Amino acid sequence: MPTDQQSFTLDNCKIPFSPGQTIMDAALAAKTYIPHLCHFPGISPQGNCKLCTVKIGTRQVAACTTLAEPDIVVESEIQELTDARRALTQMLFIEGNHICPSCEKTGNCSLQAMAYHLGMEDNHFPQFFPQREVDASHPQIWLDRDRCILCSLCVRASQEADGKHVFAIAGRGLDAQLIVNSSSGKLAESDLAPEDLAARICPVGAILIKEVGYQTPIGQRIFDQHKIDEIGLEQVILAHNTTATRDE
Amino acid sequence: MQKHGDTPLKDHLLHTLHMIQQRERCITDESIHRIAAQYSLPVSQVRAVVAFYAFFQTEPCGDYHLFFSNCPACGYEQAGQNLLQMLAHKLNVQIGQTRPDGRISLHETSCIGMCDHGASLLVNGQPLTGLESASIERLANQIETAAPLHNWPQDWMHTDSAVHKTNLLLEDSFVPGAGLRTTLARGTDAALEIITHSGLRGRGGAGFATGRKWRLCKAAAGDARYVVCNADEGEPGTFKDRWLLQQQAERVLEGMAICAFIIGARQGFLYLRGEYRYLLPHLQTTLAQQRRQGLLGKNIGGEPGFEFDVDIVIGAGAYICGEESALIESLEGKPGIPRNRPPFPVTQGYLGQPTVVNNVETFWAAASIIVNGADWFKSVGTPESSGSKLLSISGDCTAPGIYEYPFGITVHQILRECGAMNTQAVQIGGPAGTLIGRADFQRKIGFEDLSTGGSFMVFGETRDMMTVVQNFTKFFAHESCGFCTPCRVGTTLLKHNLEKIATGHGTHLDIQTLRETSNLVQRYAHCGLGHTAANPILNSLQSFPEIFGQRLAARSFTPNFDLDAALSEARRLTRRDDSKAHLDSGY
Repeated sequence: MPTDQQSFTLDNCKIPFSPGQTIMDAALAAKTYIPHLCHFPGISPQGNCKLCTVKIGTRQVAACTTLAEPDIVVESEIQELTDARRALTQMLFIEGNHICPSCEKTGNCSLQAMAYHLGMEDNHFPQFFPQREVDASHPQIWLDRDRCILCSLCVRASQEADGKHVFAIAGRGLDAQLIVNSSSGKLAESDLAPEDLAARICPVGAILIKEVGYQTPIGQRIFDQHKIDEIGLEQVILAHNTTATRDE
Repeated sequence: MQKHGDTPLKDHLLHTLHMIQQRERCITDESIHRIAAQYSLPVSQVRAVVAFYAFFQTEPCGDYHLFFSNCPACGYEQAGQNLLQMLAHKLNVQIGQTRPDGRISLHETSCIGMCDHGASLLVNGQPLTGLESASIERLANQIETAAPLHNWPQDWMHTDSAVHKTNLLLEDSFVPGAGLRTTLARGTDAALEIITHSGLRGRGGAGFATGRKWRLCKAAAGDARYVVCNADEGEPGTFKDRWLLQQQAERVLEGMAICAFIIGARQGFLYLRGEYRYLLPHLQTTLAQQRRQGLLGKNIGGEPGFEFDVDIVIGAGAYICGEESALIESLEGKPGIPRNRPPFPVTQGYLGQPTVVNNVETFWAAASIIVNGADWFKSVGTPESSGSKLLSISGDCTAPGIYEYPFGITVHQILRECGAMNTQAVQIGGPAGTLIGRADFQRKIGFEDLSTGGSFMVFGETRDMMTVVQNFTKFFAHESCGFCTPCRVGTTLLKHNLEKIATGHGTHLDIQTLRETSNLVQRYAHCGLGHTAANPILNSLQSFPEIFGQRLAARSFTPNFDLDAALSEARRLTRRDDSKAHLDSGY
């Protein structure tokens, strides 16, 4: 490895990085957490959720898409950003229909865990109560758009990891919604399989494997045993979803 | 996949979809499948493109397809009457829908660049201007009697603009070919030096130094370079690019060719907003004429090996495509979602290659600067904003139209010269710009003070500024691309929040939330649309606090949820509307 590794400062810690690495990737490699929902290691970053926004001087940038540069001073765990991240999380809640107590993803949901992490105690903003279509056509997989936060992880995972292009996002502004690349637009006619990364990567309860939702009792779910700021948690989540599939 | 220089007009995805929309009145799912197969694209990608652009419809539209401009500058809603609603009523059609007999569809749209012509609309792509209540009646008759468009009164089709004030650039007796001749004679480095030295900055409003942009593109590594003219003039209140393309397109195209020679590009694009599609025949004629004169094509100006041509790509109704990276996405046949920057288009633009994207007026000015020299251009303006600027003036003034002013001119002087009396507010640079009140009329137009892409909307003292701010806030919510959380959700929250205050249900708490949400959208959004979407609210909280204060409810809190309104369905079902079927207080 390079002898004179470059570094930058993140909240008073020195973070080494190699050229071409983003602030997020360098921070995670150095076991430092920056809150995020639409980022997943190994999948190309997009920067749509904006939770990973950090400050460089007076500039706000998304850590997942901004390249690290030598000696920059990056702030992340400061009140201003925590407040903004909480407000962004609240926006994601009120934009969809997230009813945690009745959702089978509860306890395994990154949005819910993020809300706890950021000390979110209410929705703050008025609910939009959108009417969105549920797609239950696939024998093994649900698509419940009520809970979709448009993070596009499934879109990217399907393209990059599964080589399938099962998902896309269509529509402008609040009309933006997750669509399926099949002639009827239904999941059943797509080539999505439960083993695909796209079927397992959803951070919320929008894409769910059928018939396994309650196998793990509440109290033993991912975020009953882990905190969202644990580094490498993605592998725990994927392993959980894979085990669930295999047990089936 | 598209290759360099291999994107003829008819094959562009947006153009193909437009043709289908014209032919079949909508884009059906069968058409989407056919196009996906033809272009070897996933069906979902074609669906995403159709869903993104406002001019593509998946439900059949009427024989007459109307897009009525709801921009406050052109005055569709004034003196107690709303022309849009009047037309909807006359034609018995719901706004946003097609009449059951298929004769007419009536949609609202934002500014169509006819602000100096009064209330305006597009009918099957053709602008109708200067609408008044009397003409609404006649218009409805034309439609009901199925009169063909070419038989409609010609005075409705008036689209030229009056020029009220000229300066350096409009007074320049530019001879076609002179700019290219100078460029070829001086060579790329010296020509670039003239542009750099002139201090020309981007006329779209952002003001990036043009010489620097061209230099960065020239120096960037790539297999090909592209010149893109941004004619997606979507900022409400702006129409000077429309006028330039109508009147001086050859100078704009020559500016593009000069840029192409300097940076080493062979292919250019003129990205025209869908609302300006009617300019296409004129622009194609101008392109043909430029080719005949050796100002486009092969061996331009007799220079062996200097080859450059321009294709026109027409958008389909999306304000966001005025943002340069969204424009490039659209050029590539995709939804206009702004890219992450860096990399900037100068290093990775169209098809990932170095690309210069400049406004229509920037290329137009560059052509004159090359001929007349940097000092000529710098002889007017201010040290930070050299030269002159075209303004599109509209709203409450006696002489709306095109004005060319040297930078540094005060708002006050402009108001005097355009015949604006008893002005209470001016929106400079469109909704994304700055809203100022009387106290700020001594401020100056220029990048160092009031930056503008050219929009200058005047609001007289009888205007209800809350309506104006609400209109602009709705505009951003409608045009948000939906990519990032703060803009997608935040712009709609702002719209609702403002509505609550405007209808007298707001409290101080709602003002505080309005401010907080505005700041969040401004700071955390992905692109310029989000960064500026809260400007009308933040500016008016500053300059017109009374429009909020006078509407506040005399209590400390009112819920967002109107319980009495929620019972309306129960009342309807039980056919009751007596006092006992209502809660004591609505809110």
